[in-house]
Formats: sequence, C-alpha cells, structure tokens
Amino acid sequence: MSTRQFGARIERNIDPKLLRGEGVFVDDIPLPQPLHAAFVRSPFARARIRSINIAAAERHPGVAAVYTCDNIGDLDVEMPLLIPHSSMKHPHTQRPLARGDVYYVGQCVAMVVAVNRYVAEDAAALIEVDYDPLDVEIDIEKAVEGGAPLVHADAPNNIAAHFVQVSGNPDEAFAKAEHVVKIRVQVERSTAAPMECRAVAARWDEVSQELTVWDGTQAPISLRGGLASILKLDEDKVRVIAPDVGGGFGQKIMMFHPDELLVPMAAMELGRPVKYIEDRRENFIGASQERTQIHYIELAAKKSGEVIGLKDSFLHDTGAFIPYGIAVAQVASTSIAGPYRIPNIWVEFKAVYTPTVQVTPYRGCGRPQACFAIERAMDQLAEKLGIDRFEIRRRNLIGEKEFPYPREGLLFADGLKVTLDSGQYHKALEMILAELGAANFAAAQQQVRAEGKYLGLGLAFYVEGTGLGPYEGGHVRIHPITGKVYVNTGLSCQGQGHDTVFAQIVADQLGVKPQDVIVVEGDTKAFDWGVATFASRAAVVSGNAIHKTATIVREKTIEAAANMLEADAADIDLHDGAAWVKGSNRFVPLAAVATASNPLRYAFNKAAQAATQFAPASRHDGPPLEEGKAPGLEASDYYSPPCATWAYGVHGALVEVDPELCTVKVNKYVCIHDCGNMINPMIVEGQVHGGVAQGLGGALYERLEFEPSGNLANANFVDFLMPYATEIPDIKVMHLETPSPLNPLGVKGVGEAGCIAVGAVVASAVEDALKPLGAGRFHQVPLTPSMIQAALDRAGR
Amino acid sequence: MTSRRLKRRFAETAEDPTLQVSLTVNGELIERTASVRMLLSDFLRHELGLTGTHVGCEHGICGCCTVLIDGKAARSCLTLVAQADGTEVTTIEALAAEDGKLHPIQQAFKESHALQCGYCTPGMIMNIFGRFNEPEPLDLSDQGIRTMLSGNLCRCTGYVNIVAAVRRAAQLLGRV
Amino acid sequence: MKPPLFRYQAPKTLKEAVIALASDPDAMVLAGGQSLLPALNFRLASPSLLVDIQHIDELKGISIAHGQIIVKAMTRHRELELDERVRQANPLIAETMAHVAHIPIRNRGTVVGSLCHADGAAEVPLVLILLGGSVVVEGPSGRREIEADKFFRFHLSTARRRDEIAVEARFPVLPAGSGWAFDELTRRHGDYAIAGVGAVVRLDAGGHANDIRLAACGVASRPIRLLEAEKLLSGTALGEAELKAAGKAAADLVSAPDDMHATNAYRRRVVAALVRRMVAKAAARARTRQ
Ligand SMILES: Cc1cc2nc3c(=O)[nH]c(=O)nc-3n(C[C@H](O)[C@H](O)[C@H](O)COP(=O)(O)OP(=O)(O)OC[C@H]3O[C@@H](n4cnc5c(N)ncnc54)[C@H](O)[C@@H]3O)c2cc1C
Ligand code: FES
Ligand code: FES
Repeated sequence: MSTRQFGARIERNIDPKLLRGEGVFVDDIPLPQPLHAAFVRSPFARARIRSINIAAAERHPGVAAVYTCDNIGDLDVEMPLLIPHSSMKHPHTQRPLARGDVYYVGQCVAMVVAVNRYVAEDAAALIEVDYDPLDVEIDIEKAVEGGAPLVHADAPNNIAAHFVQVSGNPDEAFAKAEHVVKIRVQVERSTAAPMECRAVAARWDEVSQELTVWDGTQAPISLRGGLASILKLDEDKVRVIAPDVGGGFGQKIMMFHPDELLVPMAAMELGRPVKYIEDRRENFIGASQERTQIHYIELAAKKSGEVIGLKDSFLHDTGAFIPYGIAVAQVASTSIAGPYRIPNIWVEFKAVYTPTVQVTPYRGCGRPQACFAIERAMDQLAEKLGIDRFEIRRRNLIGEKEFPYPREGLLFADGLKVTLDSGQYHKALEMILAELGAANFAAAQQQVRAEGKYLGLGLAFYVEGTGLGPYEGGHVRIHPITGKVYVNTGLSCQGQGHDTVFAQIVADQLGVKPQDVIVVEGDTKAFDWGVATFASRAAVVSGNAIHKTATIVREKTIEAAANMLEADAADIDLHDGAAWVKGSNRFVPLAAVATASNPLRYAFNKAAQAATQFAPASRHDGPPLEEGKAPGLEASDYYSPPCATWAYGVHGALVEVDPELCTVKVNKYVCIHDCGNMINPMIVEGQVHGGVAQGLGGALYERLEFEPSGNLANANFVDFLMPYATEIPDIKVMHLETPSPLNPLGVKGVGEAGCIAVGAVVASAVEDALKPLGAGRFHQVPLTPSMIQAALDRAGR
Repeated sequence: MTSRRLKRRFAETAEDPTLQVSLTVNGELIERTASVRMLLSDFLRHELGLTGTHVGCEHGICGCCTVLIDGKAARSCLTLVAQADGTEVTTIEALAAEDGKLHPIQQAFKESHALQCGYCTPGMIMNIFGRFNEPEPLDLSDQGIRTMLSGNLCRCTGYVNIVAAVRRAAQLLGRV
Repeated sequence: MKPPLFRYQAPKTLKEAVIALASDPDAMVLAGGQSLLPALNFRLASPSLLVDIQHIDELKGISIAHGQIIVKAMTRHRELELDERVRQANPLIAETMAHVAHIPIRNRGTVVGSLCHADGAAEVPLVLILLGGSVVVEGPSGRREIEADKFFRFHLSTARRRDEIAVEARFPVLPAGSGWAFDELTRRHGDYAIAGVGAVVRLDAGGHANDIRLAACGVASRPIRLLEAEKLLSGTALGEAELKAAGKAAADLVSAPDDMHATNAYRRRVVAALVRRMVAKAAARARTRQ
C-alpha cells in the first residue's frame, strides 16, 4: 500500500508555477490587440442625471467606443436578483450603466473603450455628466426612521427586507429569566480587498460565433449561464474561464458587476478582444462590500449562568442594492446562538438600503457580526453573574452527546433547518484554557501592572455552517499514455489549493502520487456542472463528489486490471501508479489499463503496445465495447449534501494595551479549530492564518470611512489600513478532528473560519486589560486607538 | 445581440509623447519606444510580456509590483519606464534557474506553504531577494523578518508562513 | 489609475533643469517619484511637463563639512540612512530614516523630495526643523538658502518658488555631548505618523538640561518645534513632574483636527506620551555621551 495522502502535509502542485511568476491571471492572458475599458463613475451618493455629454470622449484619439445606458441595447435593464426571498418587499439591483438616477459614489455611468487604459482614462475624464444631487442618509439607524431621505422611492424607511425567525418559546424563557443582559454591538463596513482586483477580458470569435470570457470569478459556471441568457447566446457558445485568481473572499462570487456584462458586449460589438482590469480605487468604490450590522442582543439566564433565551434584533446595511438577497443577514441570524444550547431564540433583522456600494458576502458572511454579538453578550453575562468567562461558556456549550443538535424554526442560507452535526466543544474550551495559561493569567496580569503594563486575555467561540449545497460534480479520467489522472470539478480556485487537496483524495483511490493528479477547474469547457466556490464548500461538496467519482474509476480500473492480469478483482491492489496482484510482483501500469480499456484500432504508441502484452481488459463476448459500458477509465459523479455541516472553534489572545499610546499588541494568538477530517493540515492552517489576519484587520484596522455625503474617504490602501506582517502576530493553530457524519470524507469547510471570532476575541481582551483603569466595555469593531483613548478619557485616565 | 456587421473604425494611436528607452531586463538589453507616461509595471507586463510582476494598487502600498532596479528593490508602479532608462531591472522571472529549478527563496516559500493565491508572491520574493542582496546584516528575529516584509501586503496567508519561509530561505542560503 | 498626459525631460545639468522648469508654468520636478507618482496615478496632479533630475551629477551625493551634513537633491532616503559618516555625525538621522516608509520606497524616494513634498506628518521635515537645518534652492534668479523654520508653510506647501529646484538640504551635525531620540506612532509600520516626536538634549555636569530641542510631526499642518515644552524642561533635571508638564504643554500645541485615523484628543495623548519618553531617552543617551 502507498501511504495515505488524505491527511498528509503535501506541498502544493500549483506552487512552482506561481513562484516563478508563471501564474496566469486575467490581465496576463496575451490577447491579440486588446482594447481597454474604463468607467465614468458617479461622484454623488444619490443624484438624478440631467444629461451626459460624450461627444468629446468619442472624438478623442484612440477611443473605440463610448457607452451609456442609451446604447447598450438589451443590457439596459436591472441586473438579476440572484437569490429572491419572500422577506424582500422591494428588491432592487443595479443597471450595468446608470439610467436616470445614481445610487452610490462609484456607480458606473459610462464606459469608454480605447486602445489602452491610459487613453481610456483620458477620455473618461472628458465625459460631462450633469447631476442633480439628492439628500442622503448613510447612518442605518437614522435611515430607518421616518422622514429620512429614501434610496429607493418605493422602499419606505429604506427597509429592503424584514425577517423574523423563532426557535422554541423565547417569551416564556424571558419571563422565567433570573437575569437578563442586553447590549448593543456594532461591526463596521469593510471590504474583501483581494490583492488582485476584479478583472474581465472577452473575445468574440466571428467565425465560430463563440464568446470566450476570462473572469477572475469564483463562479465561472453560474457566470456562463447568466451571460448566455442575458446576451441571448447558446450556453454552448459561451466559455467562461477563471484562470489563476488573486484572492476572492466572496467579492468575486457576486455577479454581475457591471463590467462582467459590458466587456463581453463590447468585445462582440467591436470585434476585438476587450479587457477591463479594475484598479484599486475602483475596487473600493465599485466592488461589493460587507459587514455593517448593529445588533441589540439580550440573553435570558438563570442564576447558574445557564442561558435559556436569546433575543436579537439587528439592522443590516445592504448598500444601495440587494442582488444577493438576504444571505448575509440570514447567515448572521441563524448563527446567533453560536455553540450554546440556548433553546429559545427570537431573531429579527431589517436589511437597510443606504446609498453606498452594494453589500454581498465577504469571507465570514454575517458570522463575524453574529459572533461578536453573542460572544460579547456572554462576556457581559459572565461579568454580571460574577462567573469566569470560561466557566459561563462551559455551562452552556452543547455537549458531545447532544449532537445532532437542531434549532427548530431557524432556516439556514440553504433553506434547510439549522442542525449542528458534531463537535467536541468542551474539549476545545479546555485546550484553549491550557494553551493560554488562563489559570495563572490573573497573577501575571497583577504582577506587571505595577510596571504600568496592562495585559488582557480574550476568547471567543464560533460555529460555522459550511459546505452548502445544492451540489458539485467531479470528473476523473486516467490518461492512457501517461497514466496521469485528470480531474475536473465546477469550481474555481483563489488560492485554497484545490489542485492539491483534490489530488490527494484521488491519489488515495487510484494509488498514484498527488503530483500525478492534474486538477483542471474554472473552465466551462472542461466541466460545466456545478455552482461555485463560496461558503467554505469546496472541500465538502466538490471534495466528496470527486471522492465518489474516484471510487468508481477505482472499481473500473481494478476490474480491467484483474482481467488483464488474469486475477481475481479482490486480489488487485492499486499503488505506485500500477495495478498489482497482491503479494506478487505482477503488475500492469495504469496507463496500460487505461489504454486497454479503450478498444483501439491503431497502436500508435508504446503504451498501446505495452497494453497488448496483457490479457484483454474486458472478458465479455460480443462487440469490442460491451453494451452499457463506456471506453476508458473515466467517470463523473456528483455529491449533494443533505444540509450544512457545522465547523467550530475557539480563539484566544493575550494582549498588551499601552494606555498612554492606546495601542494594542497581540502577544499570543491561539486558534483551536475543528473542520472534521483534514485533507491537508498544512493548507487548513494556511486558511486559518489568513482568516485570522483578515479578522485582525477587521478587529483593529479596517473600516471603510463613508462621509455623511456618502463619499468613501479612504478608497485607497493608504487610508484603508490593511495590516502588514508587522501588524499581525504569530498565530498558533491547534486541531481537533471530529468527523462530520454527513459526508463520506467526514470533512467540514474551513475557508471562512479564521476570521469569524477575531473581533470578539480582541474586544474581550482589550476590555480585560483595561478593566483596572475603569475603561468600560468595547462593543464596536474595529476597535481603534481613538476609541481606547475616549474610553480612558471618560474614565478620567 | 447581432454581431455580423461592419465593425467601427477608429484612430488606433494615442497622442502620447514617446521616448526611446534602453534598459537591461533580466540580463537582456531592451530598446523600445515607449510613451513617456508609461509605468514600468505596464512596460514589463504588457510590452515585454513579463507578467510575473503583478499590480495590486498602483500607489505604492501593496508591493505586488516590486522588482529590482540596479539591484535594489523598488516599486515598478511608482516608476516611469522613462526613469528606468539606462538601469538594470530584475524581475521574478529571473530567479529560477534556466531548467526551472526554484531559487532557494522560492523553494523556501514552497516548503513553508507561504503562498496561497500567489498574487502577492513575486513582489514579496523580490523584496526579500533585494534585502538578502544588501550588505546590511539580516535581522532574522520574528520582528526583524516582519519588518523586512512590511511594505508587502498579503491578503491570503496571514504572513505566518511567509515569516517561516524567510527563515528557511536564510538557512538554504547559508545566512544563519 | 494611470498617469495623465505630460511631457518629459531628463536634463543632464542643473542649468538645463532650471531652464526647463522655468519654461512651463505647469512643470514639476520629478525626483524619486515616490510621492509624485501616486499623485499622478490617482490623477491628483496634472503637470504639463516633468523635469526628471535623476541624471544630474551635481545633484548627487552626501558630504559633511563645517558642522553640516550636506545632502544633495538626488540622495535617496536609504543612502542617507546607511551612510556611516552620517551615522557618526548625527545618529538621529539614521534612527529617524528607518521610520520613513519601507525599504523599497526608501531605495527610490529622495530626502530633499520629502522636504519639498512637505507632508505635515513626514519625518524628514521634522528632523530638519529639530536640528535647525536649511534647504538650498536654485531658480532663474539664482540660489538662496531657506532656513527650516521658514521653509515649511503648511501641509504640502513650502517657501520654494515653483520655478526653483531644491538642490540640497543641510542638516547640522549633532551638538557634542547631546543625546537624541525619535519615535512615532503609526497605525501600520511605515505609514506616515499619527504623531512623531524628536528630541535633542544636552545636560550640564549636574544633570540639568542646558540645551534641549523638541519637535513634532503629524500634529499640525507642518512640523513644529515644541517651544513651550522646551521652556518647561530647560534647566531642570528632567524629573517626572517636569516631563509631565512638558508633555501637557506639547499636547496643547496639537492643532490637527479629528481625522479618520486619530481624534485630536488622541493625538494630544500620544504627543504627551512621546515627549515624556523621547526626552527621557535622549537624556539617558546624553548621560552616556558626556
Ligand atoms: C507607500 C509609501 C509610504 C510612504 N511613507 C512615508 C513616510 O512614512 N514618511 C515620509 O516622510 N514619506 C513617506 N512616503 C513618501 C516618500 O518618502 C517620498 O519619497 C518623499 O516624500 C518624496 O520624495 P521623492 O524623491 O520620491 O519625490 P517626488 O515624488 O519625486 O516628488 C515629490 C514632490 O516634491 C517635488 N520635488 C521633489 N524633489 C524636488 C526638488 N529637488 N526640487 C523641487 N521640487 C522637488 C516634486 O515636484 C513633487 O511635488 C511614502 C511613500 C509611499 C509610496
Ligand atoms: S502595485 Fe505597486 S505597490 Fe501596489
Ligand atoms: S498569497 Fe494571495 S495575496 Fe498573498
């Protein structure tokens, strides 16, 4: 037997090419004589367009075309509402190019296509748009009050959706409560900011009437479907390729950003390849964002600390449009009780229109906000009851024997009932307690206080529904000449190492090296059944689909090899790239098995000749290809999860706060993490590290600063403070592996996990550190030095 | 969408003033006419096809576009190709051996899982490479390495494994 | 984010450069480009002509003479930072330069460019103010030397006339026996400072400060001397109470309004703390250098 690849720390197949600078991102695709697009964007958050004058731009040397809503034909419509939901009474999506009104600073008003991006920008600056600015309100609490200026005239109080979910009997629980805590928490607007901005290139082939679109998207297949239907082309005539993609974090699931329709349209109309490479400023003012929520959360508890009820009412900022429906708010509302039993829940949200960039999922997708609310409330309850923060959690965590733990009445984003499937929550808590040295921490805190140092400990639990359906597929084929294995699935990859983890899964089934498994995804011509990369679902949904497919190919291989080696199928073993008769040195290479499985007319290579040395791969009588069988060692299969599988973890940090400079230094950061069986722990850790860093950005640094006018004051990396290595501490990741009972591989998702708890951990730690100074509570992230300063000021320090 | 019709004609040229530049890129002498406003990043990527140099912000913060100019790490997005006239530019494409064998820094990145999407990676590596080439002593403490990396943003890795990769690279290069 | 159209010249001599700059009212000097290129890429600047001074030999190099460190216009930040002679003559400079941006930026950006750019939060202008240096400029009407105090007007504005090229900056060497210190608070490593404070302190035999200079950046529209704080400390033994009072006096000089990175109140707190810390650190160094 070869050693098992599943679970091994295998270096990634894709790395050498990326390291040598040979990665191919959208802007790297060499296109013949491409034209370049640039946009005119609204400088106003809300305005009526009186007129647009494109004459000077059209005349500008090097300009191929200028588009406004008036000359984009069938595209001049509201773009699709991707996920409808009954709670949305007045759903709105944007048009590719504004008609009549603009709804946020950055909205596309006109598109210029020119010989290069420099000239396109020159010409865009020549377009005169006459605006009539309207009043705006960007504060969501004020926006829902009567009399606030409306983003959309038909949405009273700017409410885009209102939804209530109830589990158990919360009123009764609150009536019985011995203690109630109620807090208001706020998480601010942020953005995914992948290092590669969004990018689209398109080529129309006049001869074959085929459209090829390269898009740094997380959802090539969905995009293809959308493009075909909107551009009125046959699906077969549209090929979408997501080449190497420089990070996505949710922003690149969203479709359509206007350019994703306009660039293909322009390529078709102009008969030249066209590309649009979003620049950083545009990524800030044009691409989807997320996070602002204000929660009022209440916990009903017994004296013992047992939480018997939870009520949460929150406002969710959806920006000017709601193309992705209520997904973010719904995930937040269904994650609100975290890992705790809390049997009675009432959770309500209002999604609020503001004249800002649209909100769609960003890594975490509502979970960081929900986690911040429940975890800060648990800390508060602990304080109120005089119980230690670890103990209050211990008393409320769902026990290992209580799984599966359903929350009747709460429907997750997949439309299915929330059911936490498995976990060892108490064990995780004990691990973090030990790793943080929590038992001795109070003494350490005390000791350094004399030197004017303020240490704090923070912790927070999270749960994450991962691996959502509906389904993904896998296609596996053993190459007849090389014996290498080709694998396809319908996702695209933005750095998660799909090519390696999927290779590991297949390698185990077929007895080959992961390096000999070539995963090709992100190309609708390679495989076009599936959904997309989001919601921490790749390993769970595609992973299991590929696993199922590989087992079919394994069976086919064994059967054919048994025939060729004139042995019993039960005696065949696959390892080292060949099929072996167990306990002997008789073997046939996989390449030969693959060749022999394809009844050939001509033997034009060595593999084919080699295959003839063995008995036939099939023992049937009749025509060369047996009735009902397919040639080759190849299969496709699909996996559709019954419901989400719930990963979880607990993070803790030790921080030092300097009350003079109001700075927070994270001295230690620990994650205990459980995503079920790990395919590649190295990659899991990388995902967690990255998530934590993004979480630390959200906890301490990153905030989109919308001015009251709706202008984004920090649409750049100078003022939007994405952390460098100097701002991120070492991160220790420790694993628990509780297999998910829901799927054959026992895996759960990990993509988003790292970022969820961080805000709550940091706020908890800073609060702990500054308690002796009477600084009070920290219920808002990012938690800035100025906020610490203000808290100390109020405390007279 | 109709497509079988005459395509629009337009002036293919821009009115940019140009200049003749002559610079050495990865050891090869390059002589071209370029617009005076062309950024070195665009020149390398689109005129020379050296797309390993990435562009993440075009305002100097992210470091994706880092190359060496006369042996020193520099932002190619904050350099006009005109300013690079007469210089020697080194890009990520020059690091691995002819046969594709990775440079020790690249090897260290691979071993340490120091890249995910790989978009920041060439700039990261060129920055480290530039620093390793300086005569100044290297500070390989955690803080020292983080300071070396600061100036290059990575959104994927949380930097933990990049710090480890620098340490490993120093080992492979006999710098510890 | 691509630069707008402009013309470009790269003269070989200062004389040609001065003529070129004077030839067009919308011409600008291009030095390292580390501030100008971002502005061009964002199309916040639209010069009609860029005069690139990098090939002018007369504008290169660092020399030390008559108690002055003379830094020519094309000296990159990193050159000054690593220059061993400068480290000896004035260790404050290297210590401060390490806080300017990151190495790849310092490899290209120039010291004089930073002075001409005159960001109110920049470190190099603070050093010039703190040490009492000057900038030498040359234009069609000749050469003149402008003292630091007069050079910086407000954020991004200096006493240099549009048609003048700054040819060199002069930083005094550290007065004998003095201690020095610089630190700043940034949200991220290498960012412009929320506030930065530099101190130069000399003590008499009894341990009293007989010469003390303090300056801050990030707290006003230009770098400032903290004269009130200097007064309070001068002649004292720099005890806790004096440091506290000086910190408060320095905080009172903070005029920067609330912005997205810091409130005025927060900047005040930071400046007060940095003044206390920097004076103490400079004094400690002075003691070892006496
Ligand atoms: C990411 C990043 C971070 C940074 N962080 C910091 C920081 O923390 N602290 C800091 O101080 N700076 C910082 N900078 C700016 C950097 O220090 C610049 O290099 C410096 O401010 C300008 O120098 P330069 O040679 O690049 O000037 P340029 O960009 O070439 O010019 C800047 C301005 O000065 C004028 N100018 C330049 N030289 C002359 C001259 N000799 N005569 C007349 N006019 C001239 C130009 O016309 C232009 O208006 C940062 C820059 C970046 C990109
Ligand atoms: S692209 Fe040059 S620093 Fe970001
Ligand atoms: S690996 Fe993706 S940005 Fe660094």
